[in-house]
Amino acid sequence: MAEPLVRMEKIRKSYGRVQALVDANFHVNEREIVGLLGDNGAGKSTLIKVLSGAVPLTSGDIFIRGKKVDFRSTSDAIAHGIETIYQDSALVTQLSIARNLFLGREPIKPPRFLNRMDQEAMNVVARDLLKQVGITKNIPPTTPIGSLSGGERQAVAIARAMHFESDLIILDEPTNNLGVAETQGVLSFVRSARDSGHSCIFIAHNIHHVFQVVDRIVVMRRGKVVADDIDPKNTNVAEVERIITGMSDKEIRDAIVQGKQSQG
Amino acid sequence: MARSNVENSSIIQRSIARPEFGPFVLLVVELAVFWGINHDFLSPQNISNILAFTVELGLIALAMTLLMTSGEFDLSVGSLFGFSPVLMWTLFNSGLTSLEAGFAVALLVAAFIGLVNGWFVTQLKIPSFLVTLGMLLVVRGTALFVTSGFPQRTWSAEGSWLAEALVGDFFIGPFRVYMSLFWFIAAAIALGYVLTQSRTGNWIQAAGGNPNAARARGVNVSGVKIGLFILSSIMASLAGVISSLRTSAANPNSGTGYELEVIAMVVIGGTALTGGRGTIIGTVLGILILRVMRNGIVLIGVPGLAYNIFIGAIILGMMALHSWLERRHQAGT
Repeated sequence: MAEPLVRMEKIRKSYGRVQALVDANFHVNEREIVGLLGDNGAGKSTLIKVLSGAVPLTSGDIFIRGKKVDFRSTSDAIAHGIETIYQDSALVTQLSIARNLFLGREPIKPPRFLNRMDQEAMNVVARDLLKQVGITKNIPPTTPIGSLSGGERQAVAIARAMHFESDLIILDEPTNNLGVAETQGVLSFVRSARDSGHSCIFIAHNIHHVFQVVDRIVVMRRGKVVADDIDPKNTNVAEVERIITGMSDKEIRDAIVQGKQSQG
Repeated sequence: MARSNVENSSIIQRSIARPEFGPFVLLVVELAVFWGINHDFLSPQNISNILAFTVELGLIALAMTLLMTSGEFDLSVGSLFGFSPVLMWTLFNSGLTSLEAGFAVALLVAAFIGLVNGWFVTQLKIPSFLVTLGMLLVVRGTALFVTSGFPQRTWSAEGSWLAEALVGDFFIGPFRVYMSLFWFIAAAIALGYVLTQSRTGNWIQAAGGNPNAARARGVNVSGVKIGLFILSSIMASLAGVISSLRTSAANPNSGTGYELEVIAMVVIGGTALTGGRGTIIGTVLGILILRVMRNGIVLIGVPGLAYNIFIGAIILGMMALHSWLERRHQAGT
């Protein structure tokens, strides 16, 4: 079998006495969208933070295409082609779409010593990228991020990851606080990212959103990966919920009944 | 026809939405009112006077604009304005250095002070308000201690090329112009270019708007801020030396309160106090608004001591206007 794009082995992360990750194993293949699910505190966020270089791991190994890597910062992870998109923190709201897309890697017009950004080139690429991720509305690339909707901001962040050839795009709760139409937009951006050769990890509370877009579902519980090969085409939401909570169908039904009774 | 109307109205709308629009209107109103009451206000002599004072505080305000855009500010600029000329003249008067070398030492010491400010803010994560407040006291205290509170002798600068280059004056028609005006214009163009056209400008705005996002993209946020603290100190030092050469005075107390006046100039011009957005054109307008006000109210017979009332009112009015424009902008209208 081909070496996966990213492989995490026996990852442990502890915060003092709290074990956030306990020997977690996780992998993402090339051109694959993986849905990462789990209840609050299951360890999804910690796993992603370790993979994106935001927090150091306590022990374990990360491999990219079979080669061991050591991430000390988010820039390290970005340099290795792993881009994480948090809902609000990835963009500078005061800057334009084009300036955000190229932040930190702005093209320079000759002569170089003038350090002058090539704003026309940035605008041309930005316009093209917005079309690629499926924004059909005519939004000029000079528009500040602050005046875009939540879905459009996600699209800009995804477009940036695609343009800079990130191999793996991690989306942390990308559909939170979005309306129905915007959510569908974001899901289609994720599909277009995969179709152009990128892999994605998709984390969302809403299991229905995950089902619509992912190729494989991974479930975490209490710091461990408890299922990592769920095919969304051959399963249903109830079954995945059962794995997430670790309860049987009957236990879930009982819990719902109990909840209703205590409310009544 | 209808289309050109639409285009015209959108140009007008876009100009109104710019942060520089409010300060521009205010400056025009100010000029009209003062000129209406006293026609001498726009006399060549008075204009020359206003410009001479303007550029000295203006140089500090230009650097402060970039620093505030990056989300920090510097309260130590007023004390450096007083300290640097004192240092330069002390070195020169004691025969240790030439005037030019004394000037170079003063700028180097200022750069070091800026570096210390930046290091405390970015590495120890102490708010710039506290760091530069502390530095204000250290620098002002040093100036007072070294001089025992007395002004330094400054009569020996005659004929020095440094004095000629910084504050040499000549007449353009009826206007008396100091060389410092050209330094100010050059600095405004250079820093305006840096902020709007250069890659560094993009980093400055990102550092103030969302430092975490900037860092994640590999922008050296700490480096950008430290650089701007150094620039701010050097400009304050340069402004102090220019003022000292022009007025032939080096008083350890000079520049007291300038830090707040400079910050007022910058925010009146439309730069956000919270960082992320800055405008050099706005700052130039802000500088002119405050200096014209200071000059104009005296000229129309209002007691000079009432100056602060007007400045306070302008700050409050402009902040209200900026916040209103910001809300309109957010609402997408």
